[in-house]
Amino acid sequence: MNCTRCPSGVKAVIGLPRHNAAFCKHCFTGFVHEQVARAIKSQRMFSKDDRILVAVSGGKDSLALWHILLQLGYRADALYVNLGIGGYSELSHQKVQRYAETVAAAQGAKLLLHAVEQQEGAGIRELANILHRPTCSTCGTIKRYQFNRAAVEQDYDVMATGHNLDDEAARLLGNVLHWQQEYLDKQGPTLPASVEGFAKKVKPLYRLSEREIAAYAVLNKIDYIVEECPMAKGSKMLLYKEVLNRLETESPGTKQRFYCGFLEKEAHGGPEGQQTAASMEAKDRRTLHPCQSCGQPTSSDICSYCKMMAKAKSSRRTHPTSA
Amino acid sequence: MIGSMIVHLSHPRRQVEIKGPKRVKEVLRELNLIVEAHLVIRGDDLMTEDELALDSDNLEIRPVISGGSH
Repeated sequence: MNCTRCPSGVKAVIGLPRHNAAFCKHCFTGFVHEQVARAIKSQRMFSKDDRILVAVSGGKDSLALWHILLQLGYRADALYVNLGIGGYSELSHQKVQRYAETVAAAQGAKLLLHAVEQQEGAGIRELANILHRPTCSTCGTIKRYQFNRAAVEQDYDVMATGHNLDDEAARLLGNVLHWQQEYLDKQGPTLPASVEGFAKKVKPLYRLSEREIAAYAVLNKIDYIVEECPMAKGSKMLLYKEVLNRLETESPGTKQRFYCGFLEKEAHGGPEGQQTAASMEAKDRRTLHPCQSCGQPTSSDICSYCKMMAKAKSSRRTHPTSA
Repeated sequence: MIGSMIVHLSHPRRQVEIKGPKRVKEVLRELNLIVEAHLVIRGDDLMTEDELALDSDNLEIRPVISGGSH
């Protein structure tokens, strides 16, 4: 298989059936950068003047995102949330720290850290046990809260996450299967800072598949954690991704048509009942107000993070050995 | 098995031996793995599905799918 961009038969390192293309290392890196640049521009994510906070986990997507943004000349710092999942968190922390010291620091970018065990009083596994909640949902609430808080408190213009095409297509499939219209409304790659206390959130990798990002990380020698989070075993997202990848194998381009088709319908108003970005902002302004405990936006009196922490604290008081 | 390629797999971490020569897509098919969810790595290089893997090769098949909260 030869590179379809190079004129003189250079050997390809990856084939991309959905684009009817194959690329050598140089052209593939260029292709990835073009896709991210196109996402940033078309979805009005940020400019070269903006300060970006990248949410990093030590995995391929977030480290590749940080790398690509720095390569494209953006001002991007990163935040790592240590979830306190034993050896897995230690290893992922090492990967992030090493990248920050050996690559990002030379480009003037810095790494911020948040340790769940220190700040929330227990690791994610213990917190989920205390709260009788699924670990992934506890983790999601804490990470969303802490990333938003750091971005707002430290005056970043935008928060970027490493969600890719597979993530978005799988999430869309899950939301459609359960007809969760309220979640569909927030599935775009750019979520505005609709109310005071919310950071703008963007997903610059949404045009790239998980395999393409992993290939980019390998080819650019980004040392990421290959091991799967031990808490994710049996997750519905993995099942949806597997189903979509089987469809993709039979019919290349399925994931992109599914997600990007959804975005096009949203952008053009879509069927009755669908909201535009402007009406989504208006709805947020109508329904959200500051949490009475921490001040972050919520639709209740107390936000879900503060409720969760209050419950964990009270449970630890009642059962001091449970955490 | 004498004279087979060694293939390193993850989730769980293990290694298997496969008789070559075989194209990468045939190696994946034999292991019941789909291309879209894996990378095949030889040394520092990625291998495309049509490339030939030999008995002398040491391959890593790396899963690329991650799950969890979003």
